[in-house]
Amino acid sequence: MLLQRQLDNRGFQLNRQGKIPFALGSEGHEAAQTGAATALIRGKDILVPYYRDLGLCLGFGFPPSGVFNSMFARAQDGSGGRQFPNHYSDKAIGLFSVSSIIAAHCTHAVGAAFAFVYRGQTGRAVLCSTGEGATSEGEWHEAVNFAAVRKLPIVFFVENNQYAISTPQAAQMAIADVADKAPGYGIPGIACDGFDPITVYAAMKEALDRARCGGGPSIVEAKVYRFLSHSTDDDDRTYRSPQEVRDRRKCDPVPRFERVLLQAGIINDEELDALKADVLRETNEATDASESLPMPEAGELYGNVYEGAHEPWR
Amino acid sequence: MAVTARTTVMNNVEAVRHTLHQALTNDPNTLILGEDVGARGNVFLITKGFLEEFGAARVIDTPLAEACIVGVAVGMAMEGLRPIAEIQFADFIYPAFNQIVGEAAKTRYRSNGDYTCPLVIRTPYGGGVRGALSHSVSIEALFYHVPGLKIAAPSFPADIKGLLTAAIEDPDPVLFLEHKKTYRSVKGEVPDGRYVVPLGKADVKREGEQLSVVSYGLYVHQALDAAARLAEEGISAEVIDLRSIRPMDRTTILQSVRKTHKLLIIHEDHKFGGIGAEIAAMVAEEALFELDAPIRRLCGPDVPAMGYAQTLENAFMISTERMADAMREMVRF
Repeated sequence: MLLQRQLDNRGFQLNRQGKIPFALGSEGHEAAQTGAATALIRGKDILVPYYRDLGLCLGFGFPPSGVFNSMFARAQDGSGGRQFPNHYSDKAIGLFSVSSIIAAHCTHAVGAAFAFVYRGQTGRAVLCSTGEGATSEGEWHEAVNFAAVRKLPIVFFVENNQYAISTPQAAQMAIADVADKAPGYGIPGIACDGFDPITVYAAMKEALDRARCGGGPSIVEAKVYRFLSHSTDDDDRTYRSPQEVRDRRKCDPVPRFERVLLQAGIINDEELDALKADVLRETNEATDASESLPMPEAGELYGNVYEGAHEPWR
Repeated sequence: MAVTARTTVMNNVEAVRHTLHQALTNDPNTLILGEDVGARGNVFLITKGFLEEFGAARVIDTPLAEACIVGVAVGMAMEGLRPIAEIQFADFIYPAFNQIVGEAAKTRYRSNGDYTCPLVIRTPYGGGVRGALSHSVSIEALFYHVPGLKIAAPSFPADIKGLLTAAIEDPDPVLFLEHKKTYRSVKGEVPDGRYVVPLGKADVKREGEQLSVVSYGLYVHQALDAAARLAEEGISAEVIDLRSIRPMDRTTILQSVRKTHKLLIIHEDHKFGGIGAEIAAMVAEEALFELDAPIRRLCGPDVPAMGYAQTLENAFMISTERMADAMREMVRF
């Protein structure tokens, strides 16, 4: 959670410094994503995230170096510097290539879950994440419906941060909980406090375990809040009040979970400070290392269009 | 291209069926998904009996949702399976446009080769079958603009087998177009064993000296009929069947134009922005001074669709007589 926040901050800093043209933040999603990622089994499960899933990806084994290679659009980036920041791809760990197109990845996740069943592989599940806005898309519905019909091992994780860029949830749907859509598909749905990683972990663990044992798909909705603008190109003051954001900041999940750990005696102040220092150092090192890497060669524009050498139409 | 000695006469439906059957028999990673492909065996009965033979995990009746059919197939392909998706009629493909153009065609590029999308999307297209507005359309021009995608549109049984096999084995997404009117009207010899026609290779179906006719789909057959008729008048027309629209075989087209010095392009899809526009532009760029006459395109009219009424359908479709007239005029130019 600390690393996610630090990397997020660094993205916005690099943008303000003019070093990268664009950054996307996930502040407010840390607890939900950490809780969900902790319920995944590395090396077995597949993660099909959307573009605000920095913490999910980190928690699934995606390294900070990959995050900065993406931000700086370096040759080593998973897309070879082609995609926006936060659009990772890492087949080695089972992290599907992230699409910018809202909900376009949901059917891909279903296809991957189908492949598990096709091969007779039990004990594996797919986590497909979206925001709440994506659940307005027909493709989200088509994906959930197909998964439900075939009882596929997949969990649709909905990070409800209440805004799709500027459009509030009330303009997206006539219900308070996305999870209430689940009965329409004949599958379980649960809404939980996305500011508490343990609650989210428990909900995701139950849903993923059910999927891994042949119990079919679920919808898990984590109630979060997007503290930052949609991206560095957005200004949230045009559609929501700074007071609203300040009020929600009072429940910021990162310091809240720090307090939980301190009060439970799991960590003390010195250890927490040391952890924060480690995270900052790791972030600084990863930033510098990535910045020094080369950009993709211009000729790479023509690479990986098809297998083998592409003969472009002249 | 490996041609085996033994052949069987088939129509185009049988050629598709035979090729799919071979693919499912030979590669346990291949599977078919689409609307009514299982219990019904596809609306043209192409996959009849497949469900019983290969099982419900490999012959999948999907919900009625085209974006889902293609999107799920993309995910299967990214995860190592070899899906053959079917869109019941090409006219129904528009909901899947996002998945084909935005996702399948960009999977390899977007992940720098980490993920690939070996996917075939088969769909019947084309008119002349009283299919009205929504069972007659040609869709190739909407998709041939898209790098990352391959498109095949063969219309002879052997070519269907060779190209569908190539498509299924191809490591990239292929849109495979089957002209409905040729399904049962066209018959031919098909090699029994493994037979592959590489994607991106046109075929000179009739050699000639005075005019090059480039076409594909149903109209190749009509163009061949017209050329045979004109031969009796002493006119020698070469007929090229594109077979693949992307990659496009510029070499065969240019070789022919350099020989005959005249080019007529015939297709059922609309003229504006159609396949013929790209061929004409390419020939103008590469071989303008080889031409002894202006390039001519005989294509679908600039209207939204063909009508259900026979008169309206006829007015949309190009008759063999019109093709012969155009060929005659060009030779006489």
